[in-house]
This record gives sequence, structure tokens and C-alpha cells, in this order.
Amino acid sequence: MSSADTILKRKRRTLVLLLAPFSIMLSVFFLIPLGIMMVYSFLEPGLYGGVEWNWYPYNYGRIIGWPLNDFEEFEPIYLKIFLNSLQIALMTVICTFLLSYPAAFWVSRMKGAKKNFALFLITLPFFANLLVRIYAWLLLLRPTGFFNTVLQSAGLIMEPLDLLFNNFAVIIGMVYILTPFMFLPIYANVEKLDYSLVRASQDLGANPLQTFRRVILPLTAPGILGGSIIVFIPALGNFIVPSFLGGSKVQMTGNLIERSFLQSRDWPFGAALALLIMASVVILVVIQLNRQAKAEARGVS
Amino acid sequence: MNFLNITSARKAYRTPEGGFIHALDDVSLNVRNNEFLTLLGPSGCGKTTLLKCIAGFEDIDSGNISLEDQSLKGVPAHRRPFNTVFQNYALFPHLNISDNVGYGLDVARVPKKERADRVEEAMELVGLKGFGKREPNQLSGGQQQRVALARSLVLKPRVLLLDEPLSALDRKMRENMQIELKNLQNSVGITFVFVTHDQEEALAMSDRIAVVANGKVQQLATPTEIYDEPANAFVANFVGTSNIFTGKVVEQNGKNLKIETANERQVLATSDHFNLGDQVQVILRPEHMKLSPDGNEISECCIEGTVEASIFVGSEMHLHVNVGKGRTAIVHHRHNRGDEGERIEVGTDVKLYYSPNAAHLIELVED
Ligand SMILES: Nc1ncnc2c1ncn2[C@@H]1O[C@H](COP(=O)(O)OP(=O)(O)OP(=O)(O)O)[C@@H](O)[C@H]1O
Ligand SMILES: [Mg+2]
Repeated sequence: MSSADTILKRKRRTLVLLLAPFSIMLSVFFLIPLGIMMVYSFLEPGLYGGVEWNWYPYNYGRIIGWPLNDFEEFEPIYLKIFLNSLQIALMTVICTFLLSYPAAFWVSRMKGAKKNFALFLITLPFFANLLVRIYAWLLLLRPTGFFNTVLQSAGLIMEPLDLLFNNFAVIIGMVYILTPFMFLPIYANVEKLDYSLVRASQDLGANPLQTFRRVILPLTAPGILGGSIIVFIPALGNFIVPSFLGGSKVQMTGNLIERSFLQSRDWPFGAALALLIMASVVILVVIQLNRQAKAEARGVS
Repeated sequence: MNFLNITSARKAYRTPEGGFIHALDDVSLNVRNNEFLTLLGPSGCGKTTLLKCIAGFEDIDSGNISLEDQSLKGVPAHRRPFNTVFQNYALFPHLNISDNVGYGLDVARVPKKERADRVEEAMELVGLKGFGKREPNQLSGGQQQRVALARSLVLKPRVLLLDEPLSALDRKMRENMQIELKNLQNSVGITFVFVTHDQEEALAMSDRIAVVANGKVQQLATPTEIYDEPANAFVANFVGTSNIFTGKVVEQNGKNLKIETANERQVLATSDHFNLGDQVQVILRPEHMKLSPDGNEISECCIEGTVEASIFVGSEMHLHVNVGKGRTAIVHHRHNRGDEGERIEVGTDVKLYYSPNAAHLIELVED
């Protein structure tokens, strides 16, 4: 055996050793549970929780439309809730983006201590408990809360506005907790943006708008895409924000899943819902990544 | 009509400590149409700042920059008919080579057909035909530099500004590119303002050189004038090597002067501009000084000294000669093949000869 072969072998062994902890963790805590969920989603729900080991495709049927007629009905409400969740998640992505993008440029232009302080402020909300933070919004938005009191005493409105228990409140809550996840990837991208390219663009006759569209936007696209994905996924599955700020009026798929696992103890149905969310996320992300790759191959022009 | 004219330009930057750096301190410069003008100066002297002010990336605090007598005040960078080749090339990493070259045409909405032709032509001009589909990071430094050049030239600017475009290249490549750039400038007929801190590069390529130091233009002249008649001690030292002796004219015989230097040596020079009693600086280039350890055959003009160091650089020996009071003169002594016997040892007493015509006199300025 040649020495090159032994080196290669040794390298491979090192690689296996280094990757082992991660692979084991990933399979024990992610792949195996995922498999269990997949199996459960095709099993019949037990009468008092748990599962009966019978082939039962109607968990999906209840959601998408082929129910077991005598017992469970197809309810378009599940699809409606899912579409509303998608809408909320997309709005969250858009709002966090609009907040984060300019802010990222602003912070990246700061110097030294000021910059570190700004970054610290952005991560500051993480230091408080999530429930406390959401509950604070409840206090701010309710009819006798801060905003309504201020607006009323300023004489701008007569009656308190309905700020709570609607999509608006849920989106505010989502944007509030997820903005750092949009900001950080964009910031990392903007921070390494080579400013001399902006100069070069100007130098070649591009006005500020053209420079933005042809240079700044394409070069920060990876950050925007990364931020969008890691905001979109938790927004779609979130159940804490809608249950606090959406009340009983705004349901998201996350609430349904939570309820079927914890309250109605219908594990197979919960599993089916969870897998449908996952599938739609995967499909959306793949489509987006594909479009991006194609755009890159074409050369963004 | 003036072409590109800079009058009394000033630019100060605020330092973090609260002071000011005068990056441009009353700079006046007249760039002629179609010339190759080099800004030569040490690091930090304000060359890049001047280019940025011309290109429109920075505003001057006072003074004026005008093109064909039209002031450029308030004209933003993207509307100025100048293009820049940046020191780091600044190629767009998300565009391939032909889109990089076509960028300026795209933003100007040049029709497709014309764009394609002009891109093709520009790539051919810089010798990169067939590289259009490559990405910038798939090119060598020299090739990237050509792309940056093509990207600017394709727009047919009135002035091309080049900020140390060759400094990232290795020596051989740099010498090739010097020739190519000069030829290119001749053939396209565009004014080049070229920044470098390499004096050989400046001498080799330029029609005129502006030597810049401390935010001021020290001298603006042709390469030969800069070398043979430096305006001050800074230029004399920065461009080539100089031996500078400070002294006073003690004898005058028409044009012929005898100068007594601070280290109590007497040197001869010819000049129309100085008279008996004037304080002067005598500048002697090392290659104009010859040495002959015993004879007296060249002229009566000589300085005595002792060799302190001799450095062999291939074509020449560089001798450091102590000429009294700790002053050292540098002499370039021609080295001929097989001259082993003539090798000059450290410690040898020598006499340095030169023709009085070779000595350049400048006024002594107190500072
Ligand atoms: N944005 C800035 N803020 C503060 N000071 C600056 C700024 N840009 C340049 N300077 C200072 O102005 C002076 C001139 O800088 P400039 O970049 O013009 O030098 P240069 O001649 O191009 O030098 P080099 O050969 O090293 O590129 C330097 O002392 C530099 O520190
Ligand atoms: Mg510079």
C-alpha cells in the first residue's frame, strides 16, 4: 500500500471521529424523533391518547380533504389556519427585513464602542424571558393599555382601538421577538460588504439607485435570504405569540399542533400537522434557493 | 483653454485626537490633454486624496477643480467624465468578466449590440479576449488589473485616474505592464493621471511628473528635469539618490563658483543664478562622481574621503565615502567584468571627481 493511501485513510478516520458527536446527536435527537413522527402520523389515534397500530391516512385527510366520513369530517378551517399562518409568517419576514436592513447599514458604519453598544442593544431582549416580553406587549396593546391611554389622553381617538387579539398584534409580537434573527445575518453580510465596490459603481456612472440595485442588493442577498429563512421557520410554527396576543381569534398551525399533542392528546393528528408545516417550509426554501442559484448563474443584471 | 485644472485645492481630515491632517495643502496642478501625468510621492502624502477629489468621491474644502474651464464643484462622481482604476481593482465579484467590463455601458443603457461590440473591443485592447465568461476570482492579479482597465476604458473617459494600479504585481509583471500601459495611453489618446510611490516607474512612464509631499506639489516637470534639476532637497532625495552639500559661495568667476561646504571641503559648480556669498545646496548624483585613487586626470574638482562601505549591486559598486565631519557621499562606481584587482577595499582613501556642470545648485531654505 502506498503512503498516500495510508494518509488518506488516516484523514478519513480523523474526519469520522470529528463528526461522530454531531452525527450521533443529530440522529438521536432529530432523525429518530422525526421518523417516529412520520410513523405516528399514519397511525390511528387511540381513544384515550396514544396510538393504535393501524394504517390510518385520515390524519392528513382531515387537513387536506379525504376524511373518514362517518367519524371525522374534512374541515377547511385547518387549511384556513395554515394559510393565515403562512401570511403571518411572510408579513413577519417582510417587517423584520424592512427594520433590519437599513439598521444593519447604520450599525456597520458606527465605530468602536458605539458599534458594540448598538449590537448589545439588539441582543438585549434575549436577556429577558420570552413570556415576560410577550406579556408586556399584552399590557401595551390592550384597550386600557399604554397606547390607547396615550392616544386617548392626546385626544386623537375617542374609543380605544382594537389593537389586541388580531393578526396585527400577532405580527407585532413576532416581529419583536424575531428581528434579531433577521438583523444578525444581514449585519454580518453588510459588515463585509466591500465599500470600494460601491465607489467603483459610482465611478462607472451608476446613480445611487442603480448602485443599490446592481451592487449592494445582490451582494447582500445571501444575508437577506439567510435571515428570511431563520425568521420564517420559527414564525410559521410559533404558538406562544398567537396564544398570548391572538387570543382565541387568531389561531396558527402552531396552536393546533400544541393543542392536539397536549390537550386532545391526538398525537397522530399533531404529527401530521407538524409534518405538513415542515414539508411546506422545505418546499419554499428549496424553490427560493433554486431561484437564487439560477439568478447567480445568469449573473444578476 | 485649460484641460484639467486644479487651483489651490485644500483638504483636511479630522483625526480622532481632534487635530487636523492637511492631506491637500494648497495644491495647484494643470493636467494637459492627452498627457501621461504621474503623481509621485511617499506614502500618506495625499496622492489618493487628490485622485478622490478629482473623481468626486471627496469634496475639497477650498480651491477649485475644473475641466475645460467648467468648474466641477457639486458634480457628483457618477456624472464626471473620469474613470478610476482602483488599487485593489474593485471588480464586482457577482458579475463575470464581460459584465464587469460592460457595467458602465449597462447603467448608461447602451443598446445591446453596441454594448457587446464595445465590450469585445475593450477586452481585446487589454489582451483578455475570450475571458468574458470567467469570474473575477478565476483571474490572476495581472489579469484582474486588465479587467479594471478595460472596464474604465470602455467608457472612453476624458481622464483615466489610476491609483497605484501596478503595486500588487510582481516585479516582472509590473515592468511589462508599465510598457503596456504607456503604449495603451498613446493609442487610446486618453489623459492618464497615474499615482505611484515608485520613482523608477514614474520616470519610465510619464510625460510629466508631479512630486507630492506633505500635501503640496513640490515640483511639476518632465522626468529629465525632475532628475537633473530637482527643485528642492526633498525632490533630489526622493527621486534617485543624491549627495547634498550645504555651503556658501566663496569664489565666483563668471559662471564658475567655488563653494565652501559645512564639512570644510571646497566644491566647484557652474550656475547663472548664484553669486558670491549666497547660501546654497549642491546636489551631486552618485553616478556623476568618479573616483580615481591616485590620479588627478579628470579635473581639478575633487573631494577627499575614506571608503566606509562598498556594496556590490551587479552592474555597479555603491561606495559610501566619509568626506569629513561624519558626512557620507555615495558614489556609483562602474564595475567591469574581471575587475577583481580594482576592487576598492573599505578604509581606502579616495578622491571623488566630477565635472562642475554635473553639480546642480539650489537655494538653501531655512526651516
Ligand atoms: N478618511 C480619512 N480620514 C482621516 N484621515 C485620512 C482619511 N483619508 C486619508 N487620510 C489621511 O490623509 C493623508 C493622505 O492620505 P492619502 O490616502 O491621500 O495618502 P497617499 O498619498 O495615497 O498614500 P499611499 O501611498 O500610502 O496610498 C494621510 O495622512 C491619511 O492618514
Ligand atoms: Mg493611496
